[in-house]
Amino acid sequence: MTEPLVVANNLSKKFGDFQAVDDIDFEIAPGEAFGFLGPNGAGKTSTMKMIASISPVTSGHLRVFGLDPKTHGAAIRARLGVVPQEDNLDTELTVEENLFIYGRYFDLPRQEIRDRIDQLLDFAQLSDRKKSKVDPLSGGMKRRLTIARGLINRPDLVILDEPTTGLDPQARHLLWDRLYRLKREGATLVITTHYMDEAEQLCDRLVIMDKGKIVGAGSPQRLIQEHSTREVVELRFPAGEQDAVVDRLEGIGKRVEPLPDRVLLYADEADDALEEVHRRGLAPEMTLARRSTLEDVFLHLTGRTLVE
Amino acid sequence: MSSATMRVIEANARMYRQTWRGSIVSSFAVPIFTLLAMGGGLGRLVDAGGQTGLGSYLGFVAPALLAATAMMTAVGESTYPVLAGIKWTKSYHAALATPVAPADLANGLVGFLGIRVLFNLLVYAGLMVLMNAMDLIPALTAVLPAALTGLAFATPVMAWAASLDDDRALASFFRFVVMPLFLFSGTFYPVTQLPEWVQPLVWLSPLFHGIELSRGAAGVAGSPALPWWLHLAVLLALFGVGLVLALRSFTKRLWT
Ligand SMILES: Nc1ncnc2c1ncn2[C@@H]1O[C@H](COP(=O)(O)OP(=O)(O)O)[C@@H](O)[C@H]1O
Ligand SMILES: [Mg+2]
Repeated sequence: MTEPLVVANNLSKKFGDFQAVDDIDFEIAPGEAFGFLGPNGAGKTSTMKMIASISPVTSGHLRVFGLDPKTHGAAIRARLGVVPQEDNLDTELTVEENLFIYGRYFDLPRQEIRDRIDQLLDFAQLSDRKKSKVDPLSGGMKRRLTIARGLINRPDLVILDEPTTGLDPQARHLLWDRLYRLKREGATLVITTHYMDEAEQLCDRLVIMDKGKIVGAGSPQRLIQEHSTREVVELRFPAGEQDAVVDRLEGIGKRVEPLPDRVLLYADEADDALEEVHRRGLAPEMTLARRSTLEDVFLHLTGRTLVE
Repeated sequence: MSSATMRVIEANARMYRQTWRGSIVSSFAVPIFTLLAMGGGLGRLVDAGGQTGLGSYLGFVAPALLAATAMMTAVGESTYPVLAGIKWTKSYHAALATPVAPADLANGLVGFLGIRVLFNLLVYAGLMVLMNAMDLIPALTAVLPAALTGLAFATPVMAWAASLDDDRALASFFRFVVMPLFLFSGTFYPVTQLPEWVQPLVWLSPLFHGIELSRGAAGVAGSPALPWWLHLAVLLALFGVGLVLALRSFTKRLWT
């Protein structure tokens, strides 16, 4: 077995008295796409910053490439690609200069950077923007440029903190497509997200974080198998009637989960569950049968929905 | 100097190469207007009075303006841009995700600032020579102490700016610290013109020491009360202590 690139044991991060990351454990193996799924404030960014060796560990054990960030921060950062949650491109400079300056921070030879810039702009589908300023680029383009910038040093591990947050669906899919390509080329990716579909699409393995803790871990399929049923039926009742009927749903499927605006029925066969609902004489305004997602897993593990 | 520091200097030089046009007017317009107004306008009046014992007024003011301009440039570059790098554009955070560490960043910023101040002063001194305010050699020798004056302001101000949450304090700093220093450090008249009890207060002004040293280097008589090596020591100490504080302040702010 190959050595993991990142190992964390009892890792914690405090800001003053506030515990942002609370005693978490995980390992990231070479070649995998590893996800941190959790709502805002879960502690994902704090964890990414510790791995990126730009934020000190409060307590616990963390090794990146087998090195201690506290003593070997620069050596670790030299082998990492970091795509932060907030773009911090220099908007007054051109696309090319942004990449060039970043490459120089890594002490790469100038000619190598120039060659690399052309490859990366091609990858990021920004070749025709090489000489233009960053400021007028769209959100999706800036994001792709930030990713290209993070790849300038041919990193062994790429950290992407909420790579598609704030992007429209089209820009998002284009970005996913680029990340798939990176994955196919064998890159090791660490991705944080609060979108369950993103985690399902991109991650081989993930941990679910909530309030600084890891509450679940595994592959998306595995997590769904373990913590949810195969299918889910969503029922919407006329306003004010839900409370009165929830009791009468008792016993249908494996689990009944009332939310403020609808009731979820967890069942392996959605059709059977729906039939039973109608047999009991209940008439929901709207029904929807679907497969279980990580959203359901999160709901089961925390009692809350992922995106409020 | 570490290689990471050199790379920060290089990066800043590249950024400057793309953006200098925007700052060129503010870098030189104010100093040139000041020189024209004070040296040309006021100077004619003073020289006509003929009782100052200063030689030409323009020649008296010019080396002081080199030091004062160095202070202005250095303070300008160590305040808003530092806050921008930390909070607004977050360009410092981008650099710190690479092998560059907070101390490399602070060292590199100071290094580039020194180069920039020196470059500005050379251009300004060249203009003074063209305008007959100074001779070439005294102008060149005055540039070095003037540049040191800039650095002596840059490091402590940078240390302070890196600890700020927003820019509210900066406007007051320029109004109530930088402007009075500019006006009361013996820039436009010998400090001996001030009431006797005020003069020791002026010794607290770093700019006063920079101006005295620059005048001395240009061969212009200033206020003879203090020896040149004391002025030099004050500036070096400010720069050195400021640098230590800046490294600490950057690390504290950016390594959280
Ligand atoms: N520098 C900081 N100082 C104080 N609190 C912070 C700081 N950074 C993050 N936090 C807090 O830590 C918690 C986790 O934040 P973060 O790691 O950014 O979560 P996520 O990325 O999952 O949204 C949040 O409650 C946030 O307010
Ligand atoms: Mg975050």
